[in-house]
Amino acid sequence: MPAVAQSHCLRVRRLTKVYGDQAALDDVSLEVGRGRFITLLGPSGSGKTTLLMVVAGFVTPTSGQIFLDERDVTSDPPEQRKFGMVFQGYALFPNMTVEENVWFPLRVRGLTRRDARNAVRATLDLVRMWHLADRLPGQLSGGQQQRVALARALVFEPHLLLLDEPLSALDRRLRADLQWELRSLHRRLGATFVSVTHDQEEALSMSDEIAILRAGRIEQVGSPHDLYARPRSRFVASFLGDSNFVRGQLAGIEGESFHLRVGDLSIVQAGSPHTAARDGSVLLALRPEKLRLSRSQPGTVNVVSGEIEDAKFQGTSHHVQVRTRDIGTLAVTTPAWQSGIDFEPGRPVWIGWEPDAGVAVTES
Amino acid sequence: MRLVAALPANRRAYLGLTAPAVLLMAALFLAPLAQVLWLSISEPRLGLENYAELAHNPLIWRIWWTTLEVCLVTTFVSVSLGYVVAAAMAQVEERHRTIMIFCIVLTFSLSILVRGFAFVVLLRSEGVLNGMLLALGLVHRPLYLLRNELGVLVGMVHYGLPVAILPIYSSMRGIGDQYVRAARSLGASASQTFRLVYFPLTLPGVISASALVFIYSLGFFIIPALLGGGHVVMIAEYIRVGFEETLRWGYASMLATTLLAAVAVVLVAMSRVIDLRKMFGG
Repeated sequence: MPAVAQSHCLRVRRLTKVYGDQAALDDVSLEVGRGRFITLLGPSGSGKTTLLMVVAGFVTPTSGQIFLDERDVTSDPPEQRKFGMVFQGYALFPNMTVEENVWFPLRVRGLTRRDARNAVRATLDLVRMWHLADRLPGQLSGGQQQRVALARALVFEPHLLLLDEPLSALDRRLRADLQWELRSLHRRLGATFVSVTHDQEEALSMSDEIAILRAGRIEQVGSPHDLYARPRSRFVASFLGDSNFVRGQLAGIEGESFHLRVGDLSIVQAGSPHTAARDGSVLLALRPEKLRLSRSQPGTVNVVSGEIEDAKFQGTSHHVQVRTRDIGTLAVTTPAWQSGIDFEPGRPVWIGWEPDAGVAVTES
Repeated sequence: MRLVAALPANRRAYLGLTAPAVLLMAALFLAPLAQVLWLSISEPRLGLENYAELAHNPLIWRIWWTTLEVCLVTTFVSVSLGYVVAAAMAQVEERHRTIMIFCIVLTFSLSILVRGFAFVVLLRSEGVLNGMLLALGLVHRPLYLLRNELGVLVGMVHYGLPVAILPIYSSMRGIGDQYVRAARSLGASASQTFRLVYFPLTLPGVISASALVFIYSLGFFIIPALLGGGHVVMIAEYIRVGFEETLRWGYASMLATTLLAAVAVVLVAMSRVIDLRKMFGG
């Protein structure tokens, strides 16, 4: 029987951690449902690692509580929490073979090597590492070490699996492969995973849910798709993918949409202007791939003209900088197959987009 | 191609630069050593008669036995205590660590004579320690802490401790807290973490510390002379007597050669277990 991590839910309530006069975590609350894969995403110093370490039990919070299902585990030492953890850099014991490393969590629970053998083998099979069971960690590649670290964290059927920058030490191609693998492992085990990363691509591709942290607070939580399509703030919009930001004055509301004035230009935006500042200004985030580039005036609701400033070919797409008279320079991404546009600097072009392409965000 | 061809010539040039050091070593170190070896087979007349003494002089074996006993105990005590101090140093914050390292290095700069006499003052019957114990009523007559093996051990451990601490500490520094954290998160208690993870990882440091302390202590003669009061004669002291008092240079040289051989044996044994270059910081 392969080791199956159990499925539990994790609740973090009003966690605060203060170092000196600096709050690494500032009143953080978070709920992770049974069997979900959540990623804590943020720049360095945002508190994501501190949050993971508090959950793991290595850092004592200044205040707040951690619940596993209904049980308060805030004051449990790490070895009693029974959370599997994959460390940044893996922390495989260099003096033990792969098999001994995976045996370790069972060994400290009183199982002999022989008793543990079936579970160790099943778990190493799960990550396709059984054939290297006799190697020392130093003889393995980064990807192999990562797999062993996963097996070691899963073999004792932990209540939940914590991953601290699990892929950051690997090169790009390997990272992409392991993203698929972690996803499929998560699906097969049905366990609750909590991962930490600063890599937005990793967060988007692996998780069911992302919590974006900033300066010790949770900025926004949601599904990858949700966060990407409907960022609440300028920070989220620019941290997750690229965005153009346009500030305009609210000029009127019309049913399900509103009008903005930016210089001489009028923009129609779907939704309600709930993010409008006190002076009536609204900040709009426009994803580069939602803007359409054309040589002649397009038939979209919003239209602005400009000229090409610069263009970069990226294989699957062109990244184009377009200087407009009314709303500054906009970044536009066009699929590479959509040819017929000359990207010579100075060429006049049109940019068009529909009212639902943008999203109104808060400034901070 | 040119670069590869250029290398050996360069090498030779660099080797030339090391010549002064090599010559200095040969003149000041290897030559006297060769002289000692020569003395041991040429004094009082050419032959192996000095070495024949090894076969039928029980005094040599008794002295060697005392030496090994004292050195082994010194090594064990120094490394055990040193492990605790090194572990503390690896845990405390940077500021405290600096102070601790300073204190340890400071002891190296104290003359061994000063240290020896300081221990005489502390340990003798009317000394500071006995005075305190008597005043507190913990003992009714002074303890014999000097002129015996105990006194020698105290002095030698004091000398061996810093020698033990530094290699152990450096092996601990290399570990970092990630392995300990990993062990704890996998369910290991503090003592299991120490036994299964931390101690095995510091073992190379422990082994090199043991070898260093043992080799250092083999050559001690001032401390045994001062604190043993003639009751604990170790090999180095016996060699000194041979050179300076009984003037049996050939015999003393033979003893010195056995000491050299003992050190070599320890080093060879160690080299099977750990990297010697690492141990001497090379």
